[in-house]
Amino acid sequence: MAYMNMVQALNSAMDIMLQRDPRVVILGEDIGYFGGVFRVTDGLQRKYGEHRVLDTPIAEGGIIGAAIGMGVNGLKPVAEIQFADYIYPGFDQVVSELARLRYRTAGEFSAPVTIRTPCGGGIRGGQTHSQSPEAIFTHVSGIKVVMPSNPYDAKGLLISAIEDDDPVVFFEPKRIYNGPFDGDPHKPAVPWTSHPKGEVPEGYYTVPMSRAEIVRPGNDLTVLTYGTMVHVVEAAVRMAEVDAEIVDVRTMVPLDVDTLCTSVCKTGRCVVVHEATRFGGFGAELVATVQEACFWNLEAPIQRVTGWDTPYPHAFEWEYFPGPARIAQALKSVMEAA
Amino acid sequence: MTQRSRLHVPNAPARPGDKPDFSYVRLSPAGAVPRPDVTAAVADIEELSTSLVRVLDDSHNAVGPWNPHLEPADLQVGLRHMVLTRAFDDRMQRIQRQGRISFYMKSTGEEAVAVAPGMALRPGDMLFPSYRNQGLYVVRGRSLTDLMCQCLSNTNDMCKGRQMPVMYHWAKGNIFSISGNLATQFPQAAGWAMAAAIKGEDHIAASWIGEGSTAEADFHYALTFASVYRAPVILNVVNNQWAISTFQGFAGGERGTFAARGPGYGMPGIRVDGNDFLAVHAATQWAAERARMSGGPTLIEHVTYRASAHSTSDDPSRYRPKDEWQAWPLGDPIVRLKKHLIALGEWSEDRHVALEKELEAHVTACWKEAVKYGTLSEGPSLDPATMFEDVYKHMPPHLARQREELRALRAIQPKNGSAEQQNLDEQAQSVAKEG
Repeated sequence: MAYMNMVQALNSAMDIMLQRDPRVVILGEDIGYFGGVFRVTDGLQRKYGEHRVLDTPIAEGGIIGAAIGMGVNGLKPVAEIQFADYIYPGFDQVVSELARLRYRTAGEFSAPVTIRTPCGGGIRGGQTHSQSPEAIFTHVSGIKVVMPSNPYDAKGLLISAIEDDDPVVFFEPKRIYNGPFDGDPHKPAVPWTSHPKGEVPEGYYTVPMSRAEIVRPGNDLTVLTYGTMVHVVEAAVRMAEVDAEIVDVRTMVPLDVDTLCTSVCKTGRCVVVHEATRFGGFGAELVATVQEACFWNLEAPIQRVTGWDTPYPHAFEWEYFPGPARIAQALKSVMEAA
Repeated sequence: MTQRSRLHVPNAPARPGDKPDFSYVRLSPAGAVPRPDVTAAVADIEELSTSLVRVLDDSHNAVGPWNPHLEPADLQVGLRHMVLTRAFDDRMQRIQRQGRISFYMKSTGEEAVAVAPGMALRPGDMLFPSYRNQGLYVVRGRSLTDLMCQCLSNTNDMCKGRQMPVMYHWAKGNIFSISGNLATQFPQAAGWAMAAAIKGEDHIAASWIGEGSTAEADFHYALTFASVYRAPVILNVVNNQWAISTFQGFAGGERGTFAARGPGYGMPGIRVDGNDFLAVHAATQWAAERARMSGGPTLIEHVTYRASAHSTSDDPSRYRPKDEWQAWPLGDPIVRLKKHLIALGEWSEDRHVALEKELEAHVTACWKEAVKYGTLSEGPSLDPATMFEDVYKHMPPHLARQREELRALRAIQPKNGSAEQQNLDEQAQSVAKEG
């Protein structure tokens, strides 16, 4: 066992897969010689050569389109989109092509492409380096959607994603690349060595893309969340002094409905937390899913704590970000209801 | 020039009621354009992208350096493929008019831009066609029955009823799936070719798009990626003058040729007479040889004319002269190859009529076979529950639940307005809850 931050864990996942499977290739902007703007692919080109770790032109549609062609020709491409905010030029290739290729050819063609992309705010990135567009992708049939919250899961899930024969959009919450973040930007940064999930095996292992995880067992209420917000919720739970069960969704598609609903049916109360905007967000899907299965067990209306329905503002980042105080307020309000 | 800026909106040279005007199509005499060595530097061969490579002259002889010197037997095969493609198209159009399929797209007048490259390439080369390249399927020998079954969405449909007519695919034949979203196949072809080079294989890729969709970003992604990595890919632009009602000027064809974009990206551009089977074959061969020698991609513009409507949902008499095709300066690819073979003493009008009859009978036989597998309106049809398959390799639980929901609904569906009908909504609701 070694301690790794998320950047190192993701790098290790790709290193292992490049080693294990000659079909794996990595492509993206600045990812080769330079090692990526967040250093996630650092050293991989030196180790595996420029035919397997390719720097690309600045063209997200071209990266994803070319990755599809590579996938059809027997490779397992891992494409990096430098920021999730930049993925839209490649959106048609994801939605109309990658997601539907297996379906429209009745299984004759498929492209096992993994798209890695850093998402989320909290880094003073303004509206074009802070978005959490996961719900735009969970709405598309034919792709799997993942967002890990810690180094251990990041590595295990990325290996699963690369090995999977279906396309995966793999969101990396960049605020927690270097350490867990409890939502208070004024506190000194905390490294992953302080967190049990910062302990990461150096070798091969997988985390299945079908299971949510209970990161804190509890009896009073259930909080459904993922990514950076897992850590912010932990802080909010301490602040609100409630015995909350925190469920890290981890994989949004396919969704582990059983784990989520078993918890809510047990506690009878539920709060959904994500950083992305609220309207039509993935939280709406979680709320609908939970109420279908748990309606008769619910003691209070389900609440959502999310980013406001505005673009991500540069100057008002911490007013926008659903921090621990806002979450704690929702936890208390759900406990007080009925 | 004026003293102020002025918006230029391209105008088609002729609209309904006007005399057709193709004076804008720049021609070169057959045999006039030099054929450079396949290793030539792009800067030295830019002329290929503005002139017009032609082999067949007005007397139906093959002339000049681009003459591929094909054996008469190969030319007869090419003619046969083109005649079969046209017979298939004509039949499918009639069948659509009878209401037996929902939609169809003919390739009439453009048969050579698919059939000639199809023959010039090797079976292991991967083809990424657009929706008007059915000639590729004919060349590679996919049975017309199978193509018809796709158009019928019947029990033998390769797409299992998931795609509109003509959106074929054929993994074993190395022909990629056709997308209704234009130009997406172009960067995919570049990526496929990059992978072939990464793996050290000798296969190349070829893709086709219309001149209209060169305006899409995907076209430029493909040229950039293909050029940057010198991917072994042939990028074909079929300039058939019309993108539905939008004439080629709206895609940028007024100020320069589409082939000329190749040298701008650092790859050769070849502008070729798309209705000259020999010229298209020769240009493809040149580009393929260059690609196989690590010379990278070539952009080929095929100058041709879309003789038919865009699709069966289109009425071109609303936007272009009805007799425009008759005025098209590059003629009909089938007639031109036929006359060349006759000039060679290797064909005759009688043999041609016999060939047409034979192939029409073949199309009829294929149709009879295809409808045995059902039609969209009359069945037998696939189990609708199959719609949940192939979304993912393994069906996830939420899709399995939805499939059961559909099955349960269908199980209680009354055959014809019986008393059961009244309770249908109620039952459906309870099933949905259970699901």
